[in-house]
Amino acid sequence: MHKPIADRKEFYQVLTRNIRIRILLVSIIPMMLTLGILCWRFHLAYSEKISAHIGELVLKHTQNIDTFLKEKLGNIRYLSRQLSVTEPEMAQQFLTSQLSELKDEYGDVFTDLGLVDSEGIQVAYEGPFRLVNADYSEATWFLKAIDSPYYISDVFAGLRGHPHFILAVKLSAQGRTYILRSTINFTTFNSLVENVQIGRTGTAFIVNAQGQLQTHPRPRSGTIEIVPSFIADPTIFKDKQSLILKHENDQGNTYLYALALFKTVDWRMVFRQDTGDALRNMWKAEVLTLIIFLLGCTAIVSVSFTLSKNLVKRIAMTDQKNEAMNQQVVESGKLATIGELAAGIAHEINNPVAIMVEEAGWMSDLLEEETGMTPDNRSEFHRAIEQIATQGRRCKDITHKLLSFARKSDATEADIDINDTIREIVELTAQMARYNNVTISTRLAPDLPFIRFSPSELQQVILNLTNNAIDAMGKDGGTVEIITDINTQDNNMIEIKVDDNGPGIPAQYLDRVFDPFFTTKAVGKGTGLGLSICYGIIQKMGGTIEVESHMGQGTCFLIRLPLNARKTANPSTSNNTSNNL
Amino acid sequence: MKLLFVDDEKAFLDTLIKRLEKREFKADAVYDGQSAINFLSEHTNTDVVVLDVKMPGMDGLETLQVIKNENPLVEVIMLTGHATVQNAIEGMKRGAFDYLMKPCNLEELIAKIEEAATKKFKHEEKIMEARAKEITGRMV
Repeated sequence: MHKPIADRKEFYQVLTRNIRIRILLVSIIPMMLTLGILCWRFHLAYSEKISAHIGELVLKHTQNIDTFLKEKLGNIRYLSRQLSVTEPEMAQQFLTSQLSELKDEYGDVFTDLGLVDSEGIQVAYEGPFRLVNADYSEATWFLKAIDSPYYISDVFAGLRGHPHFILAVKLSAQGRTYILRSTINFTTFNSLVENVQIGRTGTAFIVNAQGQLQTHPRPRSGTIEIVPSFIADPTIFKDKQSLILKHENDQGNTYLYALALFKTVDWRMVFRQDTGDALRNMWKAEVLTLIIFLLGCTAIVSVSFTLSKNLVKRIAMTDQKNEAMNQQVVESGKLATIGELAAGIAHEINNPVAIMVEEAGWMSDLLEEETGMTPDNRSEFHRAIEQIATQGRRCKDITHKLLSFARKSDATEADIDINDTIREIVELTAQMARYNNVTISTRLAPDLPFIRFSPSELQQVILNLTNNAIDAMGKDGGTVEIITDINTQDNNMIEIKVDDNGPGIPAQYLDRVFDPFFTTKAVGKGTGLGLSICYGIIQKMGGTIEVESHMGQGTCFLIRLPLNARKTANPSTSNNTSNNL
Repeated sequence: MKLLFVDDEKAFLDTLIKRLEKREFKADAVYDGQSAINFLSEHTNTDVVVLDVKMPGMDGLETLQVIKNENPLVEVIMLTGHATVQNAIEGMKRGAFDYLMKPCNLEELIAKIEEAATKKFKHEEKIMEARAKEITGRMV
């Protein structure tokens, strides 16, 4: 309840820490949870959205290219059905006219047209190259084309040395098998795919079943180092037309892949984008959130630090003020006690002074006699001087007692003998008691151990209690007995009893007597602080004070002090608090 | 003039009485209130009582009350310290003649005593005159 300020440093530190932790807990945890959940959900939703978007895009383009290929294939097949003559000149004419028509219709898509017989010899050709009689019998496309009604080749450099791919349609004319082939302008086809661009790194390309590139990926997407092997794996599709997956390459870059199968040809449409790029907006949002979160945390932490510090500083200041107030209350209570004492003391000093004045007067009276120094007078002189000296000493004792008490109360502790303190107080109050017809007696246990206590505070406690007892008894007088004892059963407590046979305290006041400003004395007579000050002092020393009272029988105050009565503070070296007042 | 001093401080009182006797005053001393009352009931011719306010047992005020009840004509001078001036004033309200602050100057004390005695004698004279009038009135 009442620790010295110095000891509360630790308490304040703990308090600061607790406030800080609580602020942090109630603010950061909900914020973290909210943000975490939101970010997580956002992440999921956004990833799904991006995947769906890419998947759809790839599907759409796959369908477009499928349509393109189908259309071109349809064109060639139509031509193959138109072709009925196989003589080279006639066929050549047909091819020339048809290619020009196709070019008119479709622009630069069809580069050339050629008719190849079953031996692999190109019998007719229309196009930018001189390829009549070129022998394709060993060419892969020819071997494949001869086995199926139509065939779309992979992209290859071929005889011409620049990439192209071939549409080939098998036809029968005049009982012989021919193949009508057309080279599709790779640039046109490539642009179809190249246009699929998303973000900075998103690029689309086509690979064949072996995973070889069929189109040029977008140049600025970085070269497609090696097409990951899984793309060529036919099992990954599992009857689905498209799928989306993430893949990490050897350099540790993660890519988002969207794959789709073509219907017309055994190629795969591949869309590849760096995950970071694909989810860039999400990352941006998340980084922004994180920055805000961190700033918020910093703010919270700094606030929690400053707030707790300031709060505790305030509390400490209030405590200090309280301490000071308590000090003042003790001081003022003391003043009140001294005021009460002063009346008695003044009278006490008055008497010896009056005696000295009279003795001196008596001596001067004797000196005025004309008879001179008769032996009688001489002995009168001696007696008078003796009396003056005696009364002077009496004055000195009284003033000393008063002064020793009126010294500013310091809480400096010293090892004191309680019995001595009590004897001093009894001497001090004896005169006041005598005028009130009260006798104060003591029953002090010999050989009490010394205890550490502030002498002036203990004096104050005892003085307050005896004064109260004297006041309570009023004019009728009575007895006050002060008893000290060691209670060996109660783990070595020193007991001090102040027992009077006065009127007693009414039961309804018993639990209020220690309250500050509670007094039953007339206005101006008592401050109501005496007992509360006693209570404070005894509590501070780790002791207890109790009151027991029966109306008409008297009141007994019982103080129990632990033998090692000391504050928790380091006992300051007592600066000669005189014990011999 | 017969004087009675009441004070619990014996040393003070004895010396004071000696000094007064040197000045040809006849004074008796008692050391507490009860004795003063007893003394007065035996010596009804006492003129002035000098009474200390603060005494153990019966204090000055109580003693004064009794003295004034039993011997209304006796004049009482109260002796007081600083702390009990209030009591002395209270005493004057209850019929004390005057009060003096301790330690008091002997000349002052004597002057006060004489004033009080004079007042008492005048008072007694008036009473005598009144009695005489009454008697002469009856004789006429």
